[in-house]
Amino acid sequence: MSDLDAFRGEIRAWLEENCPPEMREPARSDDDICWGGRKFEFKSEAQKLWMERCAAKGYTVPDWPKAYGGAGLNPAEAKIWREEMNRIGARPPLSSFGIWMLGPALLKFGTEEQKVHYLGQIARGEIRWCQGYSEPGSGSDLVSLQTYGEDKGDHWVVNGQKIWTSYANKADWIFCLVRTDKTNKYQGISFLLFDMESPGVSTKPILLISGNSPFCETFFDNVSVPKHQIVGELNRGWDVAKYLLGHEREMISGAGGNDRLNTIGAYAKRNGLEDPLLRAELAMFDVDALAFTAMGEKFLDEIKVGKAHPAQPNMMKYAGTELNKRRHELLMATGGSAALEWDSEGSGGGAKARTWLRTKANSIEGGTSEVMLNVISKRILDLPGA
Amino acid sequence: MALYHNEDQAMLADTARQFMGEEGTIAKQLRHWRDKQCKDGFGHALWKQFAELGFTGILVSEADGGLGMGNVEAGIVLEEIGRNLTPSPFLTSSVMAATALGGGNDELRGRYLPGLLAGDSVFAVAIDEGPKHRPERIATRAERAGNGFKLTGQKAFVVHGGSADMLVVAARTAGADDDQDGITLFAVPKDAAGLSQDAVRLVDSSMATHVKLDGVQVDADAVIGEVDAGRELLNRVLNAGRVGAAAESVGVAGGAFDMTTTYLKQRKQFGQLIGEFQALQHRASHLYSELEIARASVIKAQQLLDAGSEKAELMVAVAKAKAGKAASLAVKEGVQMHGGIGMTDEYDIGLYMKRDRALAEFMGDMYYHAERVAQLSGY
Repeated sequence: MSDLDAFRGEIRAWLEENCPPEMREPARSDDDICWGGRKFEFKSEAQKLWMERCAAKGYTVPDWPKAYGGAGLNPAEAKIWREEMNRIGARPPLSSFGIWMLGPALLKFGTEEQKVHYLGQIARGEIRWCQGYSEPGSGSDLVSLQTYGEDKGDHWVVNGQKIWTSYANKADWIFCLVRTDKTNKYQGISFLLFDMESPGVSTKPILLISGNSPFCETFFDNVSVPKHQIVGELNRGWDVAKYLLGHEREMISGAGGNDRLNTIGAYAKRNGLEDPLLRAELAMFDVDALAFTAMGEKFLDEIKVGKAHPAQPNMMKYAGTELNKRRHELLMATGGSAALEWDSEGSGGGAKARTWLRTKANSIEGGTSEVMLNVISKRILDLPGA
Repeated sequence: MALYHNEDQAMLADTARQFMGEEGTIAKQLRHWRDKQCKDGFGHALWKQFAELGFTGILVSEADGGLGMGNVEAGIVLEEIGRNLTPSPFLTSSVMAATALGGGNDELRGRYLPGLLAGDSVFAVAIDEGPKHRPERIATRAERAGNGFKLTGQKAFVVHGGSADMLVVAARTAGADDDQDGITLFAVPKDAAGLSQDAVRLVDSSMATHVKLDGVQVDADAVIGEVDAGRELLNRVLNAGRVGAAAESVGVAGGAFDMTTTYLKQRKQFGQLIGEFQALQHRASHLYSELEIARASVIKAQQLLDAGSEKAELMVAVAKAKAGKAASLAVKEGVQMHGGIGMTDEYDIGLYMKRDRALAEFMGDMYYHAERVAQLSGY
């Protein structure tokens, strides 16, 4: 038996022992996700137990170093961890922008002190982070952002406004792009971290077409940020942001895969679908979705050994989000009028319709599909003037 | 297993790319034989060179004198064949017939494999019976007669049938046309009495035949594998052919895509390079995404097939459908973005469109395979 086989046996036994049965049911909606943080209310004892048990072993962030709250798994071990989690259908013990986005940026750009402090908090589910990037006038053209941090010696005073800040009203801290030099567009932005309870920070949820408000407007009115709360160098925040956007695109692109045992077509058949054209569309969709799953796997394999094109996350983001929108169009079509219900108990409070509407943002947030295609044209295809 | 080529495979890819890029080019092979109205549609000298490089034996076991490699390696060669539109009997002989013969007894393998390995023999597979691929239904009959069998029926789209020394024929030895069981594979020599072939040139200048089996008498030792129980071996042959054709499609798509992006960087209209137009950039970038995804599905299917995984069946269908879809888009966009010259025979892009059309039909098009995906996914 190889070391990896032994490791798989250990993981399997640990999961069997520690993952509560309720946590092996698929999440029904966003409400079932464990986000952690100061304001988070656990939905069940099992959810709390599951997060705490994983955090104690470093399994909330299995591939982070042990010193920063992870389990220090190498890529092969981390893959086994994911496979064994999938095998029993275990929910992620903890989900957060800290894990997906800030964490990777800190691992690359953070000081040792920052890593120990912030990464540990993220791994234990103590602090929930939000991301302050987009502004009312800076969407696709993010680098034109105006939120300004005035140098006051040992701290900055930040003024401005962010928009589309996911869960800003539920987050504890924000990682935020702030202009610290008005004379230099790209090299005049710094990457700052601060507490959302700092005086001068306020948030206002935005009601979306889905009827939900996952995004906020976030206002900064003379917010004081100590100088040690900067990641990377002064005025070089764009480097951190670009690196992090790559991770965001990877994360969003992950949405497009397929679960063979749970295809929309199989669901529709159980519910008496007898529409040959819809079935044909579902079949073509499954071809694309299963092929994209293979692409996701290939992309991760190539990233590990540095074979992936550095701009490849843009392709993944483009294809994955477009696919996910298609998936939800087809879910609505197979659901028929039942999928239109907005707040009935039977529809789970309109889960299908609301999720369908939510997915329309997939190809807007984190860089629109059109921007992704621009980036592919320029950086991968090297087309002129792109 | 990681979804990229390991060191040995990367070396094979280098060899194949260089060889096909020098010897298998459109000018030296496809146009040359087409313009000569060659009855084979490919060059035997090139086939000998395939043998010298070991390509012909990629899927033949080491015990039989081959390289004992897998569908990943065969796919590497096929992708370069696709990129250069190189006409050769590689897919029918070294992939499909070799896979069939791998399920045959010592005597049969000893009779046919040395010729294949040496690049002296060409094989074809006779499975389809109508204009669409539908191997679930096999009406060609083989009845016991004398010391062997007598085959009666018709086969269509037998690629390289006219050049083949032997045809692998799927026939029914028991049951009704649509039955799963009762299939037997036969190795039928080209000169068997009662075998006649009508050769047709296809849109891509490749040659195929309509085969008539009019009481073709073969000995019992022409049986490949088990009598009545040949469905499993037939499926292996089909899967190898499908994933192979998918790999070739990825090559065709890649060749067309490279030509097209090169053209976008050269052609000027309205005082600027047409590649500067965002309308074309976005279409090219979308196409790039589709090709990358198709490529991933193909290598995934190849690996699953080589590992003998039960998931291979589904992924092969995905790969054939996705590669077909992506390649079809690549050649259509290729011709359109080339504008008027894309319609001329002189320019190569149209040849890619023709080859894609023939490959799309070979061993099932995207509709056939999407239907399989639906069935294998529980609906």
